[in-house]
Amino acid sequence: MLEKALTGSRRYWGWIFFLLAVIGVGFMFYLRQFAYGLGITGMSRDVSWGLYIGQFTFLVGVAASAVMLVVPYYLHDFKKFGKILILGEFLAVASVVMCIFFIMVDMGQPMRVMNIVLHPTPNSIMFWDAIVLNGYLLLNIVIGWTTLGADRKEVPPPTWVKPLIYLSIPWAISIHTVTAFLYAGLPGRPFWLSAIMAARFLASAFAAGPAFLIILALLVRKLTKFDPGKEPIQALGKIVTYAMITSVFFLILEVFTAFYSQIPGHMLSFEYLYAGLDGFGKMVPIMWISTVLAVVAIILLIIPGTRKNESILAFACAAVFVSLWIDKGFGLIVGGFVPNPFERVTEYWPTLPETIIAIGVWAIGFLVITVLYKVAISVREEQIESESNTH
Amino acid sequence: MSISRRDFLKIAGISSLGIGFSATDLLWKNRAEAVEYMTSPKGLKAKRWAMVVDVRKFKTEGDYKRVIDICNRIHNVPDFGNTKDEVKWIWTDTFEHVFPFQQNKYLPETVQEKPFVLLCNHCDNPPCVRVCPTQATFKMKDGIVAQDYHRCIGCRFCMAACPFGARSFNWRDPRPFIKHVNPDFPTRTKGVVEKCNFCVERLEKGLRPACVEVSNGGLIFGDLADPGSEVRKILSTHYSLRRKAELGTRPSVFYIIGGDEDA
Repeated sequence: MLEKALTGSRRYWGWIFFLLAVIGVGFMFYLRQFAYGLGITGMSRDVSWGLYIGQFTFLVGVAASAVMLVVPYYLHDFKKFGKILILGEFLAVASVVMCIFFIMVDMGQPMRVMNIVLHPTPNSIMFWDAIVLNGYLLLNIVIGWTTLGADRKEVPPPTWVKPLIYLSIPWAISIHTVTAFLYAGLPGRPFWLSAIMAARFLASAFAAGPAFLIILALLVRKLTKFDPGKEPIQALGKIVTYAMITSVFFLILEVFTAFYSQIPGHMLSFEYLYAGLDGFGKMVPIMWISTVLAVVAIILLIIPGTRKNESILAFACAAVFVSLWIDKGFGLIVGGFVPNPFERVTEYWPTLPETIIAIGVWAIGFLVITVLYKVAISVREEQIESESNTH
Repeated sequence: MSISRRDFLKIAGISSLGIGFSATDLLWKNRAEAVEYMTSPKGLKAKRWAMVVDVRKFKTEGDYKRVIDICNRIHNVPDFGNTKDEVKWIWTDTFEHVFPFQQNKYLPETVQEKPFVLLCNHCDNPPCVRVCPTQATFKMKDGIVAQDYHRCIGCRFCMAACPFGARSFNWRDPRPFIKHVNPDFPTRTKGVVEKCNFCVERLEKGLRPACVEVSNGGLIFGDLADPGSEVRKILSTHYSLRRKAELGTRPSVFYIIGGDEDA
């Protein structure tokens, strides 16, 4: 099936080469980072994780969100998701690939990555994260490829995939739970030390992932002969609505606990992010952009009239995605480190090389999505052709 | 002697299996040796090393400088001249930053303004060890939280986990920033985490930590498990504080603050 990715329009190849060029530039900057060290980034002794780990955390969520298609289709027999299921699974593959790259570029000694395998350490959450992420990647590649292959031959998928599909449901939950546990179990970081962290991660994931999928589905309709269909997109829109409301609700729970208890350690990070602390306020504007986008998106999603309008839905989904990207891909990480354990403020902002490397990794993700979607859509287009021939 | 193709393949298969087994055996042996390190007969031994910082004994700027300088010198701690790349093993900060939860503005001025010596707490229940995915940071039998610079992958999970800001990362190559390299202690490479090691290399030779030696009694070192040790004696007669004890990491560095009358 992969050969379908090797034939395409001029526009397809233009996009592929554009992505390759971006990846190339990112890789050149990565080589600079490799030679100089992570000091090339904006990270410091006080804010020791930044954009890279933020992107990783956010993208684990996007990956996990494939389950929002799998559950309705396989457990509730919601047949309308049948055609776009593959888009969700392949988005998950691309997201996990990005996650792995973001972990790699964040490592001080990437050549030693196999130490995690050579010295397996079950008490480290990172050990479990490596297992669940790689497992999830494998599951989605196998499931996606097999079901698509069966579709193409117009036969039902082999019976052995079914158990894997069922397994992929709790597995998706596990990848984001384990990722939340990276943060939620650390004694000295009150901003992260919250039992609701995993739940909040899942809620924001189930909003951001399907929101992105809606945008991708609309693009697919515009650029190819395959129409994912109005109804599945509307169903996804409802999922985004519920999940986004839940996500914001969980954030409000955090704010309540911090500010009603008045425990300084729990309030300070929120103060830094949304109001500035000790005269430092680099994060304030983007955190409020995130808030405004969240509110606007929720209003547009709740009102049936605006949600049903696909252009407005697309805008609302973009707002959800950007809002959560700021909140989780950036604010959550920086907020955990500010103030530092001495209640001093050291600010963080990504440097240019760091940003370009991050864009390079995103380009890798888009390349994977493009190639996989090209295959999936070519299969769908074949089906449409064969259907129109028989009529 | 001629052998058939079939026999040859059999023999080749069996011998390659044999090589495989002996190779894993070899690897396994090496691994065991690395874990079971030898202790020197001359070395100082303890069940639970600990330190008491007697803040009252630190009076002049020189008192702080001495303990910090000796550590930096013998451990090849680089000086980058900026806070972003900074690597710190032992340093100072004021009361409100060292004990952020205990701050109260009516404390004696001497306590409020005085610098406190800071270093790794060598916690009895260290979160950094718990989170490390490669066991590059580990707790030794005598309680010291050690760091293997050659195994560390630089993920910095330990830095996020440490509630005491005791860990530093080599954001860039530290070697050009070491003024006089001490050839008896390893220099580090970029991309690994490091911190105070309670002078484990000196304890092995029967010497106390370098900072303790030059502290004129300001830093007291000893075995917390031994009721007759110097640390136990001073802790049983003076009120002491540990940083963020409520987090349950059980720090092994104690602070005797004292009031104005002791200063």
